[in-house]
Amino acid sequence: MSGELVTGLKCRLCGKLYGKDQALNFCTDDFGPLEVAYDYEAVARTFSRETITARPRTMWRYRELLPVDGEPTVGRHVGCTPLVRADRLAKALGVAELYIKNDAVIHPSLSFKDRVVAVALSKAVELGFETVGCASTGNLAGSVAANAAAAGLEAYVLIPENLEQGKVLGATIYGAKVVAVSGNYDHVNRLCSQIAFRYGWGFVNVNLRPFYAEGSKTMGFEIAEDLGWRAPDHVVAPMAGGSLIGKLHKSFRELESLGLLDGPVATKMFGAQAAGCNPIANAVKTGAAKVRPIREPDTIAKSLAIGDPADGWFASKLIRETGGWSEDVSDEAIVDAMRLLAETEGIWAETAGGVTLAVARKLIEEGKIDRDGSTVLCVTGNGLKTQEALVERLPRPVVIKPTLEDFESLVDQGAEAFDQAPFAAAWN
Amino acid sequence: MPVVRIPTPLRPQAGGLDKIEAAGATVGEVLADLGRQHPAIQERLFDGAEIRRFVNVYVNNEDVRYLDDLDTPVGEKDEVSIIPAVAGG
Repeated sequence: MSGELVTGLKCRLCGKLYGKDQALNFCTDDFGPLEVAYDYEAVARTFSRETITARPRTMWRYRELLPVDGEPTVGRHVGCTPLVRADRLAKALGVAELYIKNDAVIHPSLSFKDRVVAVALSKAVELGFETVGCASTGNLAGSVAANAAAAGLEAYVLIPENLEQGKVLGATIYGAKVVAVSGNYDHVNRLCSQIAFRYGWGFVNVNLRPFYAEGSKTMGFEIAEDLGWRAPDHVVAPMAGGSLIGKLHKSFRELESLGLLDGPVATKMFGAQAAGCNPIANAVKTGAAKVRPIREPDTIAKSLAIGDPADGWFASKLIRETGGWSEDVSDEAIVDAMRLLAETEGIWAETAGGVTLAVARKLIEEGKIDRDGSTVLCVTGNGLKTQEALVERLPRPVVIKPTLEDFESLVDQGAEAFDQAPFAAAWN
Repeated sequence: MPVVRIPTPLRPQAGGLDKIEAAGATVGEVLADLGRQHPAIQERLFDGAEIRRFVNVYVNNEDVRYLDDLDTPVGEKDEVSIIPAVAGG
């Protein structure tokens, strides 16, 4: 495994190197984020297309570039989700080559957070933690709870109090201690920063964050491998804390530098946010040197409702440097896009997937995404978990008597018969 | 006098203390007094006259970026917290 391949944790600002076997997320000299550093020459000795493709289809086939010393002990079946060639959606959007990277169906908890949690908790076990936790907008809560349960770890999951029912139940079912904090995600996050160091627990996105964040690279490795070892022309990714988009790009660059790709990486990175929480999109569009935090995020895309994104500055810099762009979209556009994805490709994404597709559509119409290039849309979570967003928009089923006559009369009426009042009228 | 809460990983630079009293009527003045008491903290918190990019400062429960940054007023009984910004997401 990669134990001897990791050289340490390196500050992204000053470059100071810290030991790899500690739970620390920032440089104690300048508070800059720490990132895992690898000995790429040593990685290159075993990391080849042949060795990778001979391994099982899980995210661990890229093990040399994941910061776990021994065999992974948590999340061993995570990853290798479908890269769906989306021709019907491509036609609707007017682009030539479109793919959906579908992490809505990832094992075990149906969001891309399983990738980061698999790495963070495998590392937590190596470091000897028995209690783990996270600050979550919902998906991470479910993933930490599920993976911690399977690993026999005690889990504290902290969430804002207004989350969707599916996300809350989807963490509680695994026996995690779920704590709802009165306030928004940024309040939760700040509290977790204090808790992690006070109690000496392993919080996946606080003190274990350097390890955790590396897990997102596997989404990019899989995209490149499934495209036949090439990087796409455009990637559209949702942005909450802003980490995923950076790790996707890093994954392409790592494969490129190790000689595994056909052609250079010229991928333009596009970041998607909701209009009700758009700190990174706003920084990209205004060219601001600082990301201005949003005090009170307000969007149905709750998984992206981070007003003060930790990696916002890096994300906006990357987007501009790669020639990409960022946009934000209304709640109505988000639901429309969720329906479009479902109706054209049979994929039910959560609200964040609606954000990604709605932003992609906007960028295509604005000419920011070239219609002739290859585009990958990253769907990071499952629609079953954010049903509240749809109950006021989707019609109830039409009710008939159990007779053939009733059904015939329904079919004769055509589409109009299915134009019923929305679910919410019945549910609330 | 206002109290400054020191994050755990910075306590070695603060004589091992988790809370330190510091004088001042604004966040800037309080942190300047903290810096006089513990110069090693000063250089970690500030890049020139500005708070470093990945340091968040709160007065009681409010991020000073939503108030008046370093000019945010601080009362005698207020608590100023220094929290590393690199977390979450």
